[in-house]
Amino acid sequence: MSSPFSINGGACVAMVGKDCVAIACDLRLGLQALTVSNNFPKVFQYGDNVFLGLTGLATDVSTVSDLFRYKVNMYRLREERHIAPRTFANLVSSSLYERRFGPYFVSPVVAGLEPKTGQPFICGFDSIGCIDFSKDFIVSGTATEQLFGMCESLWEPDLGPEALFETISQALLNAVDRDALSGWGAHVYIIEKDKITKRLLKGRQD
Amino acid sequence: MDTLVARYSRPAYHENEVLSEQEQQDFTDTVPSLKFAMPPVAHPSAWLRAATDDRSNPSCPIKIAHGTTTLAFRFQHGIIVATDSRATAGTWIASQTVKKVIEINSDLLGTMAGGAADCQYWLAWLGMQCRLHELRHKRRISVAAASKILANLVYQYKGMGLSMGTMCAGVTKEEGPALYYIDSDGTRLAGDLFCVGSGQTFAYGVLDAQYRFDLSTEEALELGSRSILAATHRDAYSGGSINLYHVKESGWEKHGFTDTNPVFWKTKLEKGEFSNVTSSLDD
Repeated sequence: MSSPFSINGGACVAMVGKDCVAIACDLRLGLQALTVSNNFPKVFQYGDNVFLGLTGLATDVSTVSDLFRYKVNMYRLREERHIAPRTFANLVSSSLYERRFGPYFVSPVVAGLEPKTGQPFICGFDSIGCIDFSKDFIVSGTATEQLFGMCESLWEPDLGPEALFETISQALLNAVDRDALSGWGAHVYIIEKDKITKRLLKGRQD
Repeated sequence: MDTLVARYSRPAYHENEVLSEQEQQDFTDTVPSLKFAMPPVAHPSAWLRAATDDRSNPSCPIKIAHGTTTLAFRFQHGIIVATDSRATAGTWIASQTVKKVIEINSDLLGTMAGGAADCQYWLAWLGMQCRLHELRHKRRISVAAASKILANLVYQYKGMGLSMGTMCAGVTKEEGPALYYIDSDGTRLAGDLFCVGSGQTFAYGVLDAQYRFDLSTEEALELGSRSILAATHRDAYSGGSINLYHVKESGWEKHGFTDTNPVFWKTKLEKGEFSNVTSSLDD
C-alpha cells in the first residue's frame, strides 16, 4: 500500500472500436485512505487526435504530462505537423527509458487515430517504457484487475462510437466501484475521424 | 421500601453460599470454554501478525477485511446507531452490503469495526452470554454488564491479534439510554458520543458540529445519516449503504439500509452541500 503506484490511486482504460477509439479515466486523487480531490483528470490531449492517460504517483502524472506537452510542442515546431499516435508512443517509450534507473512512477496509456489511414491505435507501457501494443483494450492504475475483468467480458470487435462509449463507461464505472482507491467520477473521450466527444460520468462518490 | 431493598439485595435464590459461588462462577463462565486451534509455531501471535497485518506488510498472505465508519450517540429520546456497509481486503472492495450493526437481542445493539470475523463471532457470542444471564437471573442484562463481559473477554486475548472496535448501545429501566465503547486493547468507556473506524474523524467532524442532547428524533436520525455520508465520501475504506438504528426504551427500531449514492446526489444537488464535487464539465 506504500508503493508509489498506489499512494494516490486512479484508473485508466483505452478501447478500440470501428473507426474510433475511446480513452477514459477516473477523477480521484487521494493520499492513501483520504480522498483529497475529486477533480484530478488523468487523460491529456496532445494534438488533434493523440491522447495520453497517466496513472500512478500524482506528482509524476503532472510532471510527465507537462514534459510531453513540451516535447510534443517542440516536435510540432520542428516538423511543422502534428505528431502521430505511433510516433508519440515511441517518444513516450524512449523518454521513460531515459529514466531507467530512477523511473517516473506512472503507467501510461496512448490512444488515437493514425492521421493518414484513420486506423485506431492504442498501446500501454510499463514505468520504464516497454510498449504493449493491443488490438482490443489497455488498462492501467490501481483497478487493473477489475478493469481487465470488465473489458474481457464487455468488449467486442467493431463497436460504433455510441456503443463504444457505453462499453468503456460501464467497464470503468463498475471496475472502480470495486477498488477503494479509484472512482469519484470519470472523464470519457470518444475519438472519431473528425470529431472528439468528451463526457463527464457521475460515478459513486464513496 | 420493599422495591428499594429488592434492588440492592440479592435475589432469594442466591441466599445460600453454594449459589453465591455459582454467581461467582458466572463471571468465570464468561471465560471461553472454546478451544481455538493455534498455529504450530513458537510464537503464534507474532506469526499471525506477520501473516495478516496488511498495514506493516502489504504483501501478507492473508488479508483480513478492514475499514469502516460507525457511530453512535445518546440524545433525549434514546440512542442513534449508524454505520456504513463496506468491507475491504487491502484496496479490494470485498463487499458493499455488510451488516455492521449486530442485533444482540431486541434491545441491545453492537457495532462492528476492525476484523469482520472477530466482531461477528464475539458479538454473537456476547448475545449468547446475555441470554444465559437472562435465564440465570430472570431479568435482562444491563448494558454495563454486557459491555463488561465483552471487555473482559477481549482482555483475555490481549496481544493475540484480535482486532475490534465496537460500541454497545441499549436502553434499560435502571440505566436509561447507555452507550459503551469497547476495543480489542481492552478499553471500555461509557460516553455520549463515539465514532469508530477508519472514517471516524470525518464522522466526528459533522457530528461534533451539529450534536446537541435535545435533538428531536428526526434531527438525530438525519445527523447520524449525514455524518456517515461525509465519512463514506472522504474515506476510501468506507462506503456502500447507510445502516441506521434508533434504540428506545421499547427496544431498537431499524430505520433502513440506504444506498449512499442517491443520498449523496440528493444532498449535493438539493441542499448545495459537497460543492467540492464536479457535476458538470463546465465547472
